Amino acid sequence: MDSGFGHNCAMLTVSGLACSRGERRLFSDVGFRLDPGEWLHVQGANGAGKTSLMRVLVGLAHADAGEIRWREAATPSAEFRRDLIYLGHHAAVKEDLTPLENLRLAAALDGIGLDEKAALASLVRLGLRGREDLPVRVLSAGQKRRVLLARLLTRPAILWVLDEAFNALDVGAVRLLGELIAEHLGAGGMAVLTSHQPLPVPGGKAVML
Amino acid sequence: MNPLLATVRRDLLLALRRKSEVLTAVFFFVIVTSLFPLGIGPEPTLLKKIAPGILWVAALLATLLGLPRLFAADHLDGTLEQMALSPSPLGLLVAGKILAHWLLCGLPLVLLAPVLGLQFDLDPSALGILTLALLLGTPLLSLIGAIGAALTLGVRGGGVLLALLVLPLYIPALIFGAGAVEAHIAGLDVGGHLSLLAAMLVLAAFFAPWATTAALRIALE
Repeated sequence: MDSGFGHNCAMLTVSGLACSRGERRLFSDVGFRLDPGEWLHVQGANGAGKTSLMRVLVGLAHADAGEIRWREAATPSAEFRRDLIYLGHHAAVKEDLTPLENLRLAAALDGIGLDEKAALASLVRLGLRGREDLPVRVLSAGQKRRVLLARLLTRPAILWVLDEAFNALDVGAVRLLGELIAEHLGAGGMAVLTSHQPLPVPGGKAVML
Repeated sequence: MNPLLATVRRDLLLALRRKSEVLTAVFFFVIVTSLFPLGIGPEPTLLKKIAPGILWVAALLATLLGLPRLFAADHLDGTLEQMALSPSPLGLLVAGKILAHWLLCGLPLVLLAPVLGLQFDLDPSALGILTLALLLGTPLLSLIGAIGAALTLGVRGGGVLLALLVLPLYIPALIFGAGAVEAHIAGLDVGGHLSLLAAMLVLAAFFAPWATTAALRIALE
């Protein structure tokens, strides 16, 4: 599902980014650039501002200074939102709905048609076979996380911004997510990740906050 | 599927899984409007006189009851964040949520009003005007309420603040809505009242989703 991204023009450029919370300066003069097939590991201690950087990057929060450009154009733009998927700390799934309903409604909200077979296939890939018709409420924390991660397969996005995506996942799921990211990069996608664990994805740039 | 309709479908499905939240507001409307005839006693002229005001105030408060939940659940579980980053315009999704809120909290009131109006000895034509006025007025309440719900999102004790913020804005709807029924009972023309209600509805339908979206973006930061 990740195939077919253009290898030519997609590019993320960040320069001189600064952000503060109240009086405290979290980070300043952060800059990096990502080309198709590259990924960035955002590193830093607790409270260093990794999540803030992610939120500024996707456009949920404002930076004090700096510039984020996507395909040469300033963000946030409609084009950027179409090319982006952001998975943060939140579960971002509805507890009263089943994993299948969650996936299909999330796709419909994004204006993407998703048939049941494709939704089911992505849930199976995430190891949720037989759980697709249970309310998410009864699933474990790791399984809820897997429901959210299934969106990576159903939403055709070029830039994956994953904040602590490896939390609550078991060994198998960590390996699986590593594979998914590697496949995505192989197809010309890009990823920005934060994690305290060593990531099971080869290569990658790093930014230290 | 159209993102707006998808949002409506999603919110209706969620309400179906959690019926008690919707039924609370409807039962509140039924009980409050039934308490007045019971408390005042069988005095048809007095009941008839106070009916429009009481039914409208009860509708206002019943709508208010469902408002804090309009965005709170989505904000808490992070789905609101996903909506803000969706390729679909947030304003469209917000409009869908407001429409779903009206279908769940407003439309039942419109449908119940003629039945509850019988307790106040309203004649059939007055009941018709009451229903029509509520049909125009309750979407207005949902639209204005959504702005307040977005502004108080994530604020501690937001429920009380929401009431203080939104209820004064409901006054025009109350005056013209209840006024239409009173005018009809007094034998006057109701066209003016209903036209003003409709004009306010059109204005709110245009501006409220936009204002709500702006408030939500601030709340998410």
